[in-house]
Amino acid sequence: MKATRILAAALIAAALTGCTGGGKAPSVGLTGAGATFPYPIYSKWFEMYHESTGVQINYQSIGSGGGIQQLKAGTVDFGASDAPLNDEKLAEMPHPVLHIPTVAGAVVLAYNLPELTQPLQLTPQALAGIFMGTVKTWNDPAIQAANPGVVLPATAVLAVHRSDGSGTSNIFTTYLSAVSPDWKTKVGANTSVAWPAGVGAKGNEGVTGQVKQTPGSIGYVELAYAKQNSLATAKLQNSSGAFIEPSLASTTAAIRASAQALAADVRAPTVDAAGPDAYPIAALTFILVYEDQKDAAKGKEIANFLHWAIHQGQDEVEALQYARLPAEIVTVDEASIAKLTSGGKPLAAR
Amino acid sequence: MRRPLPPRRRGPTVDSVYRVVLASAAAVVFVIVALIVVEVAHGSMPSIRALGFGFLIQTQWDPVADHYGALPYLYGTLVSSILALILAVPLGLGSAVFLAELAKGKVAATVSFVMELLAAIPSIVYGIWGFFVLAPFLRTVLEPWLIANFGYLPLFRGTPFGIGMLNAGIVLAIMIVPTIVSISREVLLAIPRSLREGSLALGATRAEAIGITLDAAKPGILGSIVLALGRALGETMAVTMVIGNTNRISASLLDPSATMASVIANEFTEATGALYLSALIQIALVLFAVTIVVNALARGLVWLTTGGRRDIAAAA
Repeated sequence: MKATRILAAALIAAALTGCTGGGKAPSVGLTGAGATFPYPIYSKWFEMYHESTGVQINYQSIGSGGGIQQLKAGTVDFGASDAPLNDEKLAEMPHPVLHIPTVAGAVVLAYNLPELTQPLQLTPQALAGIFMGTVKTWNDPAIQAANPGVVLPATAVLAVHRSDGSGTSNIFTTYLSAVSPDWKTKVGANTSVAWPAGVGAKGNEGVTGQVKQTPGSIGYVELAYAKQNSLATAKLQNSSGAFIEPSLASTTAAIRASAQALAADVRAPTVDAAGPDAYPIAALTFILVYEDQKDAAKGKEIANFLHWAIHQGQDEVEALQYARLPAEIVTVDEASIAKLTSGGKPLAAR
Repeated sequence: MRRPLPPRRRGPTVDSVYRVVLASAAAVVFVIVALIVVEVAHGSMPSIRALGFGFLIQTQWDPVADHYGALPYLYGTLVSSILALILAVPLGLGSAVFLAELAKGKVAATVSFVMELLAAIPSIVYGIWGFFVLAPFLRTVLEPWLIANFGYLPLFRGTPFGIGMLNAGIVLAIMIVPTIVSISREVLLAIPRSLREGSLALGATRAEAIGITLDAAKPGILGSIVLALGRALGETMAVTMVIGNTNRISASLLDPSATMASVIANEFTEATGALYLSALIQIALVLFAVTIVVNALARGLVWLTTGGRRDIAAAA
């Protein structure tokens, strides 16, 4: 009896707060689907945005491929992808699609060489050789040349790659294709490729586990994942010749170095960027929206949210080990958001 | 006072309702399987049209070039499952005989309980165990030993990675042992006591008596092995975590490999191209066909060993 009364009171209280909340909240909710890589920051953003505006955003992190499919089918209001759509895929979409970069990330090389006391340094050629299977031992001249005075073991190199299709693999193979003509012609870039060497492990956690338990192994994982698990990561030589430690700052620097190309086309590649302090395997992750929104109220909310994400939202990203957008890209995004229309009428953002 | 109706008048209606209910339950199962076949076959059509028979015999799986050959996965599925059977059948059969013929009371109950526990463990847990516990053991102890002592065989050549075909075979074997044990034990227990008593009375030793019982239970035991094989062929998560996911065919059990189920689990979520997606669905179709062929072969085997006694063959 008493329990029932408490329950009733709780229900009434919930209904009342629901009403007061509903008073200021617009009734539109948004749904999105796509990339898993930005999921931690997106869910944080959606929660914060809901608290401050009352707008509910639901997001399914089903993978970039699935996000693109759902946007194409019109079952979601926005998609999310780690890789921009290429011209061919863009042409397959029923309406023009805008790419809005939201945060940047980097792919880092975690290795297991207990003998080493200082960070391993790698040139792009040595890295491509390791994953091609042409660099077979750690004391190969290609690796030794970049690590003068370091005694490298004569043990076999085990290259560990992602076995599951992933945006991380896409960024990594895009980078290898950019720096190695051999890789470009023989393997290429994609979410999964025909790996010429090494073993495949599932997910960031699988690659990490494999590297951690196998001396002599090297694998690629997301920067955020490597930071959270304190993995030893290699310094990678960038196009200016400097060996750069992967970090949030060097990732943002890489995006900034590509700003000019991104301003012309936001889908431009950001790997192997030219800046002297740029980490070479950096990339943006995107929210994909139709340029012309069917539903004006929803379109307006999308514009508002995107504006919030590229401004206030950026203060939250570093706590979750994402690199923030440089000011140049925020400007590019602002221009893209201003292009959003509904029935041809612009949906001016706040 | 109501008089009970005579059973003969009431019988046919109740029976027919009963029959319809049960028949529709069976029909639902049939329809589900039929729908799966139709849907998977439909999804495979673009791939079948583009790649033809070459899909089954080519070894290159290259999403970049949009070229797909499934032979390494077909090979990986069959070899890992056969390896699992080689390891699991003696183990499973041994413990089934022990439980049915030799163990008494509490011992039998305890071992059976543990076996059922083993069957209830989710496959991801087996995968994690294989990856974090078995793999380091294989890499540092068993595989170097195999290479040192049997390295002259192509089966045990290469680098000890810890993950690979051997690891997958061992993990699968542990996963299918409970199936073999529980079914074989039930079959053995169902063999009439008179058969054992008769053979002992005629002067057979304990081992000979067990041999006679096993012979009588053969169809059921084969049935348990077929069921276990079915699980091994389709197992996805645990295998994906320990097999190394490399689409190369290698004679060595130490090398990484991949199975049909593992490539679907790995690549389906991020497969964007139409042909790519279709090729993955065609792998599912091939896996389906492989399961049917294996089942048919096993039924044929049961039929042969029972001399065509259809009742037992069907029961298996």
